[in-house]
Amino acid sequence: MTSWLLRRLIQALFVVLAMTVIVFIGVNVIGDPVEILISPQADQAERARAVIALGLDRPLWEQYARFLWGALHGDLGKSFVFNEPALRLILQRMPATMELAVTAVLLSIVLGIPLGLYAGLRPNGIPGRLIMAGSIFGFSLPTFWVGLMLIMVFAVQLGWLPSTGRGQTAMMFGVPWSFLTRDGLAHMLMPATNLALGNIALVLRLTRAGVRENMHMDYVKFARAKGLTPARVLFVHVMKNILIPIVTVVGLEFGSIIAFAVVTESVFAWPGMGKLIIDSINVLDRPVIVAYLMMIVFLFIAINLIVDLLYTVLDPRVRLESRE
Amino acid sequence: MFIRAAATIAALTLTAATAHAQSVTMAMSAAPTSIDPHYHTFNPNETVDIHIYDRLVERDPQNNLIPGLALSWKLIDDSTWEFKLRQGVKFHDGSEFTAADVAYTLTRVPTVVNSPGSFSIYTKTVISTESPDPYTIRMKTAGLYPLLPTDLANVFIIPKTLGPNPATEDFNSGKNAAGTGAYRMVEYKSGERVELERNDGWWGPKPHWQHVTIRMIPNDGARTAALLAGDVQLIEFVPTADAARLRSDKRVTLSEIASLRLIYMWLDRSHTGDAPFITGPNGEKLGKNPLNDLRVRQALTMAINRPAIVERVMEGAAYPIGQFVGPGTWGHVPDLPPPTLDVARAKALLAEAGYPNGFRITLHGPNDRYVNDGKIIQSIGQMWSRIGVQTSVDAITWPNYVGRTNKQEFSAYLLGWGFPEATNPLRSLVYTFSPAKGWGAVNRARYSNPAFDGLVDKLMATADDAAREKLVIEATRLAMTDVALIPLHLQKNIWAMKAGLSFVPRTDEDTRVMDLRPIGG
Repeated sequence: MTSWLLRRLIQALFVVLAMTVIVFIGVNVIGDPVEILISPQADQAERARAVIALGLDRPLWEQYARFLWGALHGDLGKSFVFNEPALRLILQRMPATMELAVTAVLLSIVLGIPLGLYAGLRPNGIPGRLIMAGSIFGFSLPTFWVGLMLIMVFAVQLGWLPSTGRGQTAMMFGVPWSFLTRDGLAHMLMPATNLALGNIALVLRLTRAGVRENMHMDYVKFARAKGLTPARVLFVHVMKNILIPIVTVVGLEFGSIIAFAVVTESVFAWPGMGKLIIDSINVLDRPVIVAYLMMIVFLFIAINLIVDLLYTVLDPRVRLESRE
Repeated sequence: MFIRAAATIAALTLTAATAHAQSVTMAMSAAPTSIDPHYHTFNPNETVDIHIYDRLVERDPQNNLIPGLALSWKLIDDSTWEFKLRQGVKFHDGSEFTAADVAYTLTRVPTVVNSPGSFSIYTKTVISTESPDPYTIRMKTAGLYPLLPTDLANVFIIPKTLGPNPATEDFNSGKNAAGTGAYRMVEYKSGERVELERNDGWWGPKPHWQHVTIRMIPNDGARTAALLAGDVQLIEFVPTADAARLRSDKRVTLSEIASLRLIYMWLDRSHTGDAPFITGPNGEKLGKNPLNDLRVRQALTMAINRPAIVERVMEGAAYPIGQFVGPGTWGHVPDLPPPTLDVARAKALLAEAGYPNGFRITLHGPNDRYVNDGKIIQSIGQMWSRIGVQTSVDAITWPNYVGRTNKQEFSAYLLGWGFPEATNPLRSLVYTFSPAKGWGAVNRARYSNPAFDGLVDKLMATADDAAREKLVIEATRLAMTDVALIPLHLQKNIWAMKAGLSFVPRTDEDTRVMDLRPIGG
């Protein structure tokens, strides 16, 4: 276990290092941030001052070396736009994205698995067919369109829910959260649903396929012959076997939701990391872009680690040590 | 697109805002980068700052200079401006506003750390200040500088009680955010919202709203939806596609005005040999840059059907123009209409210049910066093709585009810029690129005309406003006759608000909640 973990960590370190090279160079060859940030009324001297202030007068290798040195000390650079540490900007917006992503993942599990079980057990019934047909919409409709339609119907037409924004927040562990207040929850409902739709469909389809495949297996027949209740057969024996692909997918999707909540956050003016990254790309705020991508790499590494650990819990046959 | 869908649903009802009658929420289209008023020359910052801070010189909705914290200003000799200050004005922290605060502000501006766009461009002409009494301040400039009041209409005054080197972070946290403005800052959440509370001691007319929330909703569809849902009562930058529909919607009122933002095209003058993206009609090298020929430039500008672009592409949300600023702005030339479409004459001019079969050119522009920018260059591409200039169009995302325009990588390209008055474009846009002088800084095409430069030198040394305006008009005419660049149109600024409210539209794109009132209130 320890040696496996150690190996994974060393691997991760190399992935992160490779990422810094790719991202840093990639980001530094596009565009000219000074041109974007500066007032058109600025004269040549002011432009030259801004180039120096942002450290862009230095050769690329030197900029990279400074960045790496800073990164080793936990400093991922200062935002060109906000003049605040890039990491702090990202961490400030992280709770907003996190609560949205966690809610979306919870929704996809809570709705996706039961619906998938039902559709898998009664594939030919009308409700089962409806669920399957509905799931097609879930992953085929574009998120921004669904988001706007949700706003149209529930905010503009019915007036039940607020259209955009984060609403009232309450503090927990020194961080503001929306899910702790009624107003915040009302603001969260639509964006979380919007973010969850595709994943509900995905989880539902995976569950259904797993159930259909497993119900015909010998171990299910045997369990039934043994006289186990259908509930026990389904929830203990079948479930254990279908959960592995679901956990993998949910884990990966959790990462993607956090990393790419951009569309939903823009449509609902949700002040999360996604909105920060898209704004930063638009103004070429290089330190924020780099820091964000680094964060996402860390996140995916962490999620994959957790998923691997979960496998061992779900399936005792999986031994981490034996993966040499 | 969204509103088109929205409008088809008949039973739309606008839910009344549940907020307190004296509260109002408005939505901005872009997030400010700081509450520090000297951190970044960036329009969204200004929109927030005008509520919290005041300037010596303010601008009326038509962008004319009006008294702000200074009651009057005059040149007392060729290099000294004297400002008489308003008395009895208090900062939000309780300290009294005097000449010392102005001097403090002027010294603070150039010291802001890591500013991505410094306000020193407005203050650096001031060499020293002196104040004979607390309500008079004299500013010395190196030689005559007639534009100082115009420049200072951008600089917000902060109290000297902030001490040496106040940090930008402390403005964002609210600690330093003390101005003399109509509102005091309660809370700022970066990228999300600003909460403001009315300053009842303000010197200006009392604003109607006690509590103001400014929200940032950059997505166009979401901003319009927030208004229709009643979550916000005022939105800025209504997209042209939605404006047409909103106009017929009884639940909202629109308020619009011609902006100062000119959309124009550069024609490259930096290359004498082959110009980038220009070849002969069959793709062969030309060996020279056809854009250096006045007849070619004239042909290109008269081939453009400006009214058609305004009507079809801009859906009416623009005004065709043939100079730098619109009517009502200082330096406008009344009898200089936009060039009229004349395909036959354009063809004749091309033939005269030695291009009877035209040439090939690529027209570049951004596709995410100005209203309908990508569509504008497509239309112009077709119009140019009609006179035999085979035009390809290449629309590029702004972050990738703008840096390249400054390296003379394109031959014909679209840009836009808001001019507070006409001296500004003459000096920084059309004047010969001169780093030592700091002029012609955004003369991307490297246009250069000694006769024009001479006029600008002369007008910048003219103190009398009327005499200077004459020279500005003369210089503008010269630049337009010589087709230094191709002006297309001025964008319209459109605001939308809940029915029953009235708002004063401004040419400078600022959204001032002080100018939003209930009708009859």
